[in-house]
Amino acid sequence: MKDIKELTSYIQNYSGAQIKIMEVCGTHTHEIFKQGIRNILPSNITLISGPGCPVCVTPNSFIDEAIALALENNCTITTFGDLVRVPGSEMSLAGARSKGAKINVVYSPLDAEIYAEEHPEEQVVFLSVGFETTVPANALSVVHAYNKGLKNYSILTANKTMDNAYSVLKDSADAFLYPGHVSVITGTSLYEKLKGQGISGVVCGFTSQEILTAIATIIENLEKGKPFALNCYPSVVKPEGNPAALKIIKDTMKSCDAEWRGLGIIKDSGLELNDMYAQYDARKKFNLRKIEGKQNPACRCGEILQGKCRPDECPCFGKNCTPEHPIGACMVSGEGSCSAFYKYNIL
Amino acid sequence: MDEFITLAHGAGGRQTSDLIGGLFKKYFANENLTEDDAAVVKFPPADFNNGDSAAQGNADLVMTTDGFIVSPQEFNGGNIGKLSICGTVNDLACMGAKPLYLTCAFVIEEGFPFSKLEKIAEAMGKTAKEAGVQIIAGDTKVTGKGQVDGIFITTTGVGLRLNGVKTGGSLAKPGDAVIVTGNIGQHGCCILIERNEFGINADVKSDCAPLCNSVLGLLNDTKDVHVIRDATRGGVGTVLYEIAEQSKTGIKLFQDKVPVSPEVKGVCGMLGLEPLYLACEGRLVIFAPKENAENILASLKKQKYTEDSCIIGEVVSENPGRVIVETEIGSKTMLPPPGGELLPRIC
Repeated sequence: MKDIKELTSYIQNYSGAQIKIMEVCGTHTHEIFKQGIRNILPSNITLISGPGCPVCVTPNSFIDEAIALALENNCTITTFGDLVRVPGSEMSLAGARSKGAKINVVYSPLDAEIYAEEHPEEQVVFLSVGFETTVPANALSVVHAYNKGLKNYSILTANKTMDNAYSVLKDSADAFLYPGHVSVITGTSLYEKLKGQGISGVVCGFTSQEILTAIATIIENLEKGKPFALNCYPSVVKPEGNPAALKIIKDTMKSCDAEWRGLGIIKDSGLELNDMYAQYDARKKFNLRKIEGKQNPACRCGEILQGKCRPDECPCFGKNCTPEHPIGACMVSGEGSCSAFYKYNIL
Repeated sequence: MDEFITLAHGAGGRQTSDLIGGLFKKYFANENLTEDDAAVVKFPPADFNNGDSAAQGNADLVMTTDGFIVSPQEFNGGNIGKLSICGTVNDLACMGAKPLYLTCAFVIEEGFPFSKLEKIAEAMGKTAKEAGVQIIAGDTKVTGKGQVDGIFITTTGVGLRLNGVKTGGSLAKPGDAVIVTGNIGQHGCCILIERNEFGINADVKSDCAPLCNSVLGLLNDTKDVHVIRDATRGGVGTVLYEIAEQSKTGIKLFQDKVPVSPEVKGVCGMLGLEPLYLACEGRLVIFAPKENAENILASLKKQKYTEDSCIIGEVVSENPGRVIVETEIGSKTMLPPPGGELLPRIC
C-alpha cells in the first residue's frame, strides 16, 4: 500500500473528468468527516454520502409500529440506543416513553433475549434494524429463544441488504466505496455481479490510508473505462465472507420487499424471519395493523440519502433540525450524514 | 432550560455548563464565584474585622469542592476513596496552590460492607499522605437501603497559591503550546469495562493519581505557565473546549500527537467512542508559551505520574471557541463539541 503522501499527491493531481464517488456505510460517512478526507480532494472529485446508515434508511412507519406495540400491546421494547430519538410520524420512542411506553436500551440483541427470559411476565420485542453486519446476532437471539421455548420474545424487523439498492442508485455515482464491515460478512461475489451490470466499486477500509487507497484505485480504474470490482480491504474482507454468519442468516431469514426512507420500496431488499421462526416475528405474533408512516414535509432526509441534496442544503439543517432537536433520522443517528455534517462541519 | 435534569447534565459537557451558567450562577452570583476548578480569594477578605489594615493578609487562599459517585467503587487502579483525594488536590494544584487541608463528608447506604469502607478510608489516608495534605474534618451520614448507591463522598480542599503564580482558564494566548501529561481516556475506559455492560475484556488501568507534587515541581522550575487544568469527566476534549471558550481563542490539535494507549483505542473503536471525551483522573492539560514548552516537558518528565508528557497542539487566534484537528492526512476537521450522553452504535 502506498503511503499517505503519495496517495494524496496522486489524488490531488487528478485532472480528468468530474467523478462522483458514493459511500454507503455509516462508518465511512463518519470516518471521512473525522479524517477530513473531503478537504484534500480536488474539485473534480465529489464524495457523496448514500444510504449507508441503517437507522437513517428506516422509515417513520417502523418507529410508529414499535410505538404501537408498546402502547397498544403493552410490549417492552428493547432497542439499540440510536433508535430512541428517531422521530416517527407523531413522536419518537423517547416521546412514547414519556407516555408510559417501556423502552429499554440494550447493547446486544442477546441481552434482549436474556431480559425476556428473566421477565416472563413481559412481552419483549427487539427492534431489529441493520445490514448484514448486525443480522446474524439479531437472528441468533431468535434461535436462542426458539431453543429455550420462550413465548415472550419476538423481533420487529427492518433489516436490509444493499444488493438491489445499488441498482436503484446506479446513476447517482460513477463508482461506490463498498462497505467494509458488511463485506466482511457477505464476501465480494455481489460486487462481481454488479460489475456485470456496469456498476463499479471497491471494498474500502476505515483508516485514512485505506480510504485514500480506495479513492485512488477508483480514479485509476475509471480512467481505464471498464466496470470494475476490487477489494481494497483484503486484510479483513475475504471473497467468501463469513460462512458461519451467512449460514445463520440463511437458516433463519428470508428475503422480502423493504421500504427505504428516500428510496421507497425496493424489491427483495429486506430480510424477515422465515416460516420456521415466524412465531418470533412481532408483526405476525401481534397481528400488527398496517401502518403508513407520515413524512414531515420539511424533512429532506430522503434526497440526502440518495446523495441528491447535501445536508447543509436542507432548509431545516442547523436551524430547527439539530442533533438535540432532530426532525429527521439523518440528524439523530451518530452515523447519519446530517449529524456528521453538523458535528464536523468546518467553518 | 430543560424541564428535567438528565444524565447529560452531569456529563461535564455543554449541558453541564448550561446548568451551571443558567441556574447556579444565577442564584450564587458574587465576584469570587469561579469558572475554574478552584476559587482564589484574598485572605482574609479586605472588609474583615472592619477593614482593619493590621488584619490584612497577603495570601491567596485557594478553595475547591468535589462530589464522588463513581460506580463501581473499586476499579483497576484505585477506589472511590483514592479518587476523592486526587480529584480535590488536583483541582487546587491547577490553580497553582499547595494543597493543605481537606474535609470529607460520607453518605453511606445501610448494609455497605465495613471491609469495603475500610479499604476506602485506607486509600484516602495513603493518598492524602502522598499528596502532603491533612484531612482535618468530616461528616458521616447513613441512609436507608436503596436511598444512595453504596457510598458517596464529598470533599472540600483549601491551599495557598505559590507566589508569582497566575493561572486560569481565560489566560491562554495564541502561540501557546498545549501539553498533556500522559495517555488519555484511561479512567473513563477503565470504568466502562469494570461495569461489564459490553462484555469486553481489556486490561485498562485508571490513571487516578495525585498530581500536586508534579505541579509544584513544575512551578518551582518555571512560573511562565498560563493554564493548568486537570482533565476529569468529559476528558481532555472538554478541557480544550472550556479553555477555548474562556480564553476566546481557537485550538489546533495534532491528531497524531494525542497519546492513546492501544487498549483504549481498541475499546473506543469497538464502541464508537472518542478517546478525547473519556474521563481522565490523573492527567493535566497545560497551556504555556511555546518558547517555554521544552522546559516544561523536561520538568514534568522528571516527576512521578507525568513522565509521558507531550505537546498535542497549539493555541491560535483563528476560529475562537473551536478546536480544529489537523488530521494525519494534513487535512483539517473540527473536533465535535462535547455534549449529550453516550449511545451505543448500531453498526
